[in-house]
Amino acid sequence: MTSVLEIKDLHVEIDGKPILKGIDLTLKQGEIHAVMGPNGTGKSTLAQAIMGHPRYDVTQGEVLLDGENVLEMEVDERAHAGLFLGMQYPSEISGVTNSDFLRSAINSQREEGDEINLMQFIKKLDKNMNELEMDLDMSTRYLNEGFSGGEKKRNEILQLLMLEPKFGILDEIDSGLDIDALKVVSKGINSMRGENFGALIITHYQRLLNYITPDFVHVIMKGKVVKSGGKELAERLEAEGYEWIKDELGIEDETVVE
Amino acid sequence: MTTEVKDFKLDGESIIARSKERGEGDFIVGKKQEAIDKFDALEMPKPDKTRINRWDFFTVSSPVVNSEVYESLETLPNTVKEVVDLDVVENLYVQHNNTPAFLKVSDDLLEQGVIVENIFEASENHRELVEKYFMTDGVKIDEHKLAAYHAAMLNGGLFVYVPKNVKVPTPIQMVVLHDDENASLFNHLLLVADEGSEVTFVENYVSTVEESKEQLNIISEVIAKDNAKITYGAVDFLAAGFTGYANRRGVASNDATIDWALGLMNDSNVIYDNTTYLMGDRSNSDLKIVVVGRGDQRQNFTTKIIHYGKESNGHILKHGVMKDSATSIFNGIGQIKKGASGADAQQESRVLMLNDRARGDANPILLIDEDDVTAGHAASVGRVDPIQLFYLMSRGISQKEAERLVIHGFLAPVVKALPIESVKRQLTEVIELKVVSK
Ligand SMILES: Nc1ncnc2c1ncn2[C@@H]1O[C@H](COP(=O)(O)OP(=O)(O)OP(=O)(O)O)[C@@H](O)[C@H]1O
Ligand SMILES: [Mg+2]
Repeated sequence: MTSVLEIKDLHVEIDGKPILKGIDLTLKQGEIHAVMGPNGTGKSTLAQAIMGHPRYDVTQGEVLLDGENVLEMEVDERAHAGLFLGMQYPSEISGVTNSDFLRSAINSQREEGDEINLMQFIKKLDKNMNELEMDLDMSTRYLNEGFSGGEKKRNEILQLLMLEPKFGILDEIDSGLDIDALKVVSKGINSMRGENFGALIITHYQRLLNYITPDFVHVIMKGKVVKSGGKELAERLEAEGYEWIKDELGIEDETVVE
Repeated sequence: MTTEVKDFKLDGESIIARSKERGEGDFIVGKKQEAIDKFDALEMPKPDKTRINRWDFFTVSSPVVNSEVYESLETLPNTVKEVVDLDVVENLYVQHNNTPAFLKVSDDLLEQGVIVENIFEASENHRELVEKYFMTDGVKIDEHKLAAYHAAMLNGGLFVYVPKNVKVPTPIQMVVLHDDENASLFNHLLLVADEGSEVTFVENYVSTVEESKEQLNIISEVIAKDNAKITYGAVDFLAAGFTGYANRRGVASNDATIDWALGLMNDSNVIYDNTTYLMGDRSNSDLKIVVVGRGDQRQNFTTKIIHYGKESNGHILKHGVMKDSATSIFNGIGQIKKGASGADAQQESRVLMLNDRARGDANPILLIDEDDVTAGHAASVGRVDPIQLFYLMSRGISQKEAERLVIHGFLAPVVKALPIESVKRQLTEVIELKVVSK
């Protein structure tokens, strides 16, 4: 069965300040959606609200995963339901090794008594770290602590590959990556591509989309999706910027601030 | 001096009479007499920010209890076995309440002149050495009333001496098993590493009783002569109900190093004083402490490094977790004396509060009387970061498990520094027990 993630009329506030003002998006497994838009228009807010970040209040609308109300789930339940968020700014957790963390995460998705055995885990970790060209000793380092910007992003994708969610929401996974790393990370994401995986990829650059060809491209401004199209939309944005959309829609200030 | 005892009055005379009766040698009897003579005129210690005037540091049920001894490693009780790396342990002293109950020292060390003996025996067999170091350079008998009381009531402890240039290859471990609720612990650990020697020492205090209303009054004097290196680990995990005073004092000469890793997990009210004197030039001390407070216990953790030597380095790292309505004061003091040019005094205190009733207070203090030095401190008291929890939970980890990971991670720098695997494991288990149990 193909899973579907539906975002309907989503309104989100931070500290009482409205950020998202009615987002509608539908993702199906097998599809890659790119979300673009100028700085401060609500892209990360969308990603965080779907995952249940404690600072973001959903004031209206719904998020459904195969008809189940995601917004009523705890954060860990959303992960168990098949959602994954690759964060723009991943947390650093001192004293917890990357591999202990990954094992806890994998085991949290399995029944008690059916934990992944150590050999299986190491094999899978090795394979994925190889694919992402990560140094193996990154797995014994503390989670994201002291990681460079690019290393953190690679580590997010490592988690994606280890956890194999139904949907990956990837927030600026390309920022901070050098040219080679961008290829490696794209390869990792492409390896997930298929009928059992859907993605919502937030990015500022066509560059990433050269490697991961999107099926759909959406532009967010003022906390709403203002334009949707195919991969050619991203190409036009790369060439011409956002002015033409603003002109077309009569938007003067694209940020969410009134 | 007279002291309250539940069943009978104990005075100076009877302390001395009992000491002689037990066959404690002249040296110890003399020290006890000295302490008794000085006791009345001495003041109580004044731990900063903790009022102890209503704490009862003196009442005991029994000055000494007699407990079973153990013939072999195999017959040690499980509580002790759990903290010992049984397959590899070479040097082990077990004290059962107040009774020296088991001793094993490798032949190799004995041949090289290493001494590991209970404090009473050592005071007779190696009188000059004990006399030279016992409550002289470290904690003086007349430092305050509790130091004198400790000396007067002394009922256990160990003497370790490592001769010049001897490098002890495996740790020397002391385990104190408290399983008699009437036993008070007045333990003295005297550890002397002579010039150019190296030793790792680890002590464990464990109780199996639910609660004990007795006294914990322990003093460690840890002395590193020129070029010596001492690594000192401890896990204290005694029952609730004790009134506690735990003083661990280091004295480092030229080019000497004393590194501490202490897991202070007692469930009772305790005043901890951990002070290291960096007497020598280029001497070093690295002090790592982890604590977990629970229930309604009150504790004061005063850690102090005093720099006398030039280019001496003192680093303090303290991590504490407070839950329930536990209250803790973390005083960290880096003191640089005039003349200690090139000294470096650094400290960091971090307290994690698990609920609103718990209290934690971090007071970093730098006292500097020399210009050409470097010093710094960082302190924080806070809650588990909700953004960290969100990150972990977004990978499917439950809130409870996420908190557990963050707390263990927070305490890891000290756990990692403990030199014996079984002790590391024990500390991890104790942390788990104290943090996770409701
Ligand atoms: N904690 C906060 N408190 C107040 N305002 C916030 C907070 N977090 C985000 N905002 C505001 O919400 C708006 C949308 O932020 P968001 O992070 O979603 O933007 P974005 O589209 O992801 O931008 P970028 O491309 O720069 O990553 C911005 O104006 C931002 O300043
Ligand atoms: Mg963003």
